[in-house]
Amino acid sequence: MESDFVSLLTIFVLAIFVGVYVITKVPPTLHTPLTSGANAISGITIVGAILAAGVEHSLLIQVLGFVAVVFAMINVVGGFMVTDRMLQMFKRKE
Amino acid sequence: MSLALINVAYLIAAVCFIFGLMQLSHPRTAVRGNRIGALGMLIAIVVTLLEKEVVTFEWIIAGMILGTIIGAVLAIRVKMTAMPQMVALLNGFGGGASLLVAGAELTKFSLIEPNPALQTTIAVAATCVIGSVTFWGSLVAYGKLEGLINERSFLIKGRHLINGALGLLALFLCYELIQHPAYTSLYWLLCVVSSVVGFLLVIAIGGADMPVVICLLNSYSGLAGAAAGFVLSNNGLIISGSLVGASGIILCMIMCKAMNRSLPNVLFGGFGAVDSGPSADDVYGGRIKATTPEEIAMLFDTARRVVIVPGYGLAVSQAQHAVRDLANLLESKGIEVEYGIHPVAGRMPGHMNILLAEASIPYEKVKEMDEVNNSFEQTDVTMVIGANDVVNPEARTNPNSPIAGMPILDVDRSKTVVVVKRSLSPGFAGIPNPLFALDNTLMYFADGKKAILDLITAVKEG
Repeated sequence: MESDFVSLLTIFVLAIFVGVYVITKVPPTLHTPLTSGANAISGITIVGAILAAGVEHSLLIQVLGFVAVVFAMINVVGGFMVTDRMLQMFKRKE
Repeated sequence: MSLALINVAYLIAAVCFIFGLMQLSHPRTAVRGNRIGALGMLIAIVVTLLEKEVVTFEWIIAGMILGTIIGAVLAIRVKMTAMPQMVALLNGFGGGASLLVAGAELTKFSLIEPNPALQTTIAVAATCVIGSVTFWGSLVAYGKLEGLINERSFLIKGRHLINGALGLLALFLCYELIQHPAYTSLYWLLCVVSSVVGFLLVIAIGGADMPVVICLLNSYSGLAGAAAGFVLSNNGLIISGSLVGASGIILCMIMCKAMNRSLPNVLFGGFGAVDSGPSADDVYGGRIKATTPEEIAMLFDTARRVVIVPGYGLAVSQAQHAVRDLANLLESKGIEVEYGIHPVAGRMPGHMNILLAEASIPYEKVKEMDEVNNSFEQTDVTMVIGANDVVNPEARTNPNSPIAGMPILDVDRSKTVVVVKRSLSPGFAGIPNPLFALDNTLMYFADGKKAILDLITAVKEG
């Protein structure tokens, strides 16, 4: 279990470095779509929400999971769609 | 599906996110990048549905349909000017979802595994705190940006003491929760306390500091996701969450640098609530020259280069399309038109850029601060539309000014400056702007959009 935790922590730290490296390359013109796009990615918590809403032994867990699915899905769908809308505007005028 | 296969799929999803973010480095590839990110999300969702833990689907499907409808309607209907509050709201939902996930997971533990590992309960407590602060902080930010609550910083006496006490209480509850994970009510108590902290923190921050707040909350929503990943031992969540966490923090630092302020100063400073320095009468007294559209049109007759500096006022009056029409008109007369954007113009990073893009203004003409600052001396007319503090020369000249040292757009170095503004009221910093009283400055008092439309008429007639 402890080695498990350390490997999770390793992934966490390395991913932050990847994030810093990738994000610094984004020009200020695209900072709003970057924020909303990254925001959509943070909706990945939908994974946990699905796992909770899909259990069968407890109504409480299912309900918590259900609300979490709704929230995360708003985040995911709203985030990617609105980012797409914004980015299309930049594309239009070439 | 085997566990290994599922984890490989999460890895593919995470690679999609990284690759998608990489493609956001250029407007030409950005649309594809965003879609690759969405594809990654789809992979993650489908794979999760195949996990053997997932046995019932009613709640999941109902939640996904409801969430999709709400998300899609929000995304389709939101105006470009309202993008900051939209992002704030979405941040809040992300943070809220992580908060609920950790709560559900803790409840699950209390039913089937009374003694979860220490690192798991620590992660649960962390998700609870970050998730609650993100949720309530984002809702307050949304309310301020949408105009539902007063935008100015709301400062309670002894707020540092109150926040400190609440912070200590939250820490104590975290400790208790980690010691006794079976008492799930501790989780919800911690949730309430952290919610109050999130609420109080953001209510104290004024409107123009919202770019920093939005970035920070964005970062938190990512970190909440990563923390939930630790709870579930899920690599996909951890990688994606930390990517978002990093993105928010980097933007935060860029914004702070552009205001020459530290992050703690933005978060706890209560900026804009103090007044000091010379009064408006001392600065402006008898030196303000008001102008008319006709006079500006005459200036354009001899101009070769015009720079437009947009600020939040442009967003408020929805003047971006009118500005584009004016720029087209000027260009048809052989005048070079460019745009200069301050990093903190507007209410979120890049806010002005998306408004100009909405009006089909090519991004090549939209220049960053450092680039455009080199060109003001060769500029005949600079038009400042709805911006104030970011063009205040006090930042360069007066070391005692609240904005001292803040990098600004040096519009005062151009031959003539036209400031489009409704009145002489101060900007967020609450200080008068000596730019308005300079010899080469003309004040054009009007609402942003109407001002530009009248100006277009004047140029056409002249």
